[in-house]
Amino acid sequence: MNFKAKTVPPIIGVLIALIVNIIVPNNKKLKYADLPHYRYFLIIALVVTVLLALVSLFNEKLRERYSYRGFFIGGVFIFLTLLDLVTSKFLLLPQLYFPSIARIFNVFFEDKTLLLECIRSSFLLLIKGITIGFILGMACGIAVGWSKNANYWIYPLIRILGPIPSSTWTPLALVVFPSAQGAAVFLIAFGVWFQITILTCSGIQSVKKAYFEVSSTLGASNLQNLFKIAVPAAAPSIFLGFFNATCSSFVALMAAEMIGCKSGLGWYVNWQKTMLSYPNVYAGLIVVAIFCYILVTIQFKVRDRLLSWQEGVVKW
Amino acid sequence: MVETKQTGAISAKNVRKEFIDPNGESVIALENVNVDIRPGEFICLIGPSGCGKSTFLRLVAGLIQPTQGALFLDDEEIKKPGYERGLVFQDPTLFPWLNIYENVAFGLKTRGIYKEKKEEVSEFIKLVKLEGFEKSLPHHLSGGMAQRAGLARALVNHPKVLLLDEPFGALDAFTRMNMQDELLRIWKERGTTMIMVTHDVDEAVYLSDRIFVMTPRPAKIESIVDVEIGRNETLGRKRDSVDFLNLRSKILQILDYTGKAVEIEYNI
Repeated sequence: MNFKAKTVPPIIGVLIALIVNIIVPNNKKLKYADLPHYRYFLIIALVVTVLLALVSLFNEKLRERYSYRGFFIGGVFIFLTLLDLVTSKFLLLPQLYFPSIARIFNVFFEDKTLLLECIRSSFLLLIKGITIGFILGMACGIAVGWSKNANYWIYPLIRILGPIPSSTWTPLALVVFPSAQGAAVFLIAFGVWFQITILTCSGIQSVKKAYFEVSSTLGASNLQNLFKIAVPAAAPSIFLGFFNATCSSFVALMAAEMIGCKSGLGWYVNWQKTMLSYPNVYAGLIVVAIFCYILVTIQFKVRDRLLSWQEGVVKW
Repeated sequence: MVETKQTGAISAKNVRKEFIDPNGESVIALENVNVDIRPGEFICLIGPSGCGKSTFLRLVAGLIQPTQGALFLDDEEIKKPGYERGLVFQDPTLFPWLNIYENVAFGLKTRGIYKEKKEEVSEFIKLVKLEGFEKSLPHHLSGGMAQRAGLARALVNHPKVLLLDEPFGALDAFTRMNMQDELLRIWKERGTTMIMVTHDVDEAVYLSDRIFVMTPRPAKIESIVDVEIGRNETLGRKRDSVDFLNLRSKILQILDYTGKAVEIEYNI
């Protein structure tokens, strides 16, 4: 059993938020003042933080990780407290645009099905676009990085087409593709393709020549040199490209969904904005943030596994 | 010594190598090389930089082609790199994304014979005394260990000739002496022809049967010195014997004489 003081700030933060929420009366003009979601959330948070602090007494690994984040988590609840004061207790901002936390949380329950459907639809678009872009990008990058002929013919095209922001293609994409979904996949795939191509190509071209010399004297053929030396040696660079690609694909996804699609997170946020229901806009934004965060985290985990051999070489 | 292998003879006939430098002018990297290296022989190439030692090694490896003349391995012309001529650099150039076992197994895998010869990987890891480090990644190894892994990786293919380009140049003096004895032990055990480039006269005298002393401008083999000093039980030579020191100063003399010519033009 071991106690670390830093496991306490989260509890204090939650307690402050809860006390402020209960004691300070809501502004009289506040609409939907009886929505309980924020208070429920704080009560659950209180239980969770107390439990985490208790488990931390016994579990060393959790204690280290959790206490490191202690002040940050406490800070988040202080921020929520301030937000609560501004948006519902004192009503310092117009509540049409800055609704109370409870109303935002309420959306997660009220609009649950639609939001889930949007997540599913966005996820599918993203996966399709990233997969297509990744495969084409790898193929182009390997060809251009490896073959002089491919380099001569394809590289100038990449240089001209690549830097064009993918949303610029929207008008063309909408004409060429029969469905808005198809256009969206194209826009996402395009951005991914460029990033992957450029970094795969430069990764392959900067592989140390000595690796090829050694592998040739070990009996490797040209093709083996490509797939057993060039591609793995370029993997860190390819992953960097993939990270950039994922980030730009979020931009492309949101842009694509705001133009033609009838579902998806980007569409949801945009549609709710035109309906002037800002609680839903914020709820949508929170979902987008969590969605992107999870995807990037998964990617980091995969990278750490595959590229453990170059630990400490590249840091992002 | 285990039965001397009858394969692993290298011969060079009238070899000349020119490079085109960035200004478009051709530079002679090696000229008029005529040598015969017997199977199982230990050869050291020594000389100042620019004398074409590494060029010769790369020609034997098949990484570059001679401008004129030809090189042969057991009467077969060398036209491209092959596993029967293993190569070890000063920088061990282990593939950093593979662990030690996978690095050593690389040659067998590329040649598609890994399944049949699996047990040889562990055998060679044992030969270079790296048991227990199979799962380690290259960047976790010390310089000497990495170089031993590089040796095992080249040896697993049973090369007829092992080409060593200053393999111990980056190691500290003690590790280097250890590695020299290791190399001799492996040489004895496998009977491989060894061709080694070095800057170190002591190393050359300690290890080789014959020393090719090379000079720059024009880059060529100036003289071939037979090392007729008896080998001790580790196959090396007594480093402080009179014969050793005499031969050492003889080689230094050959190098010194040519060294002066270099210094005058040394104004890059």
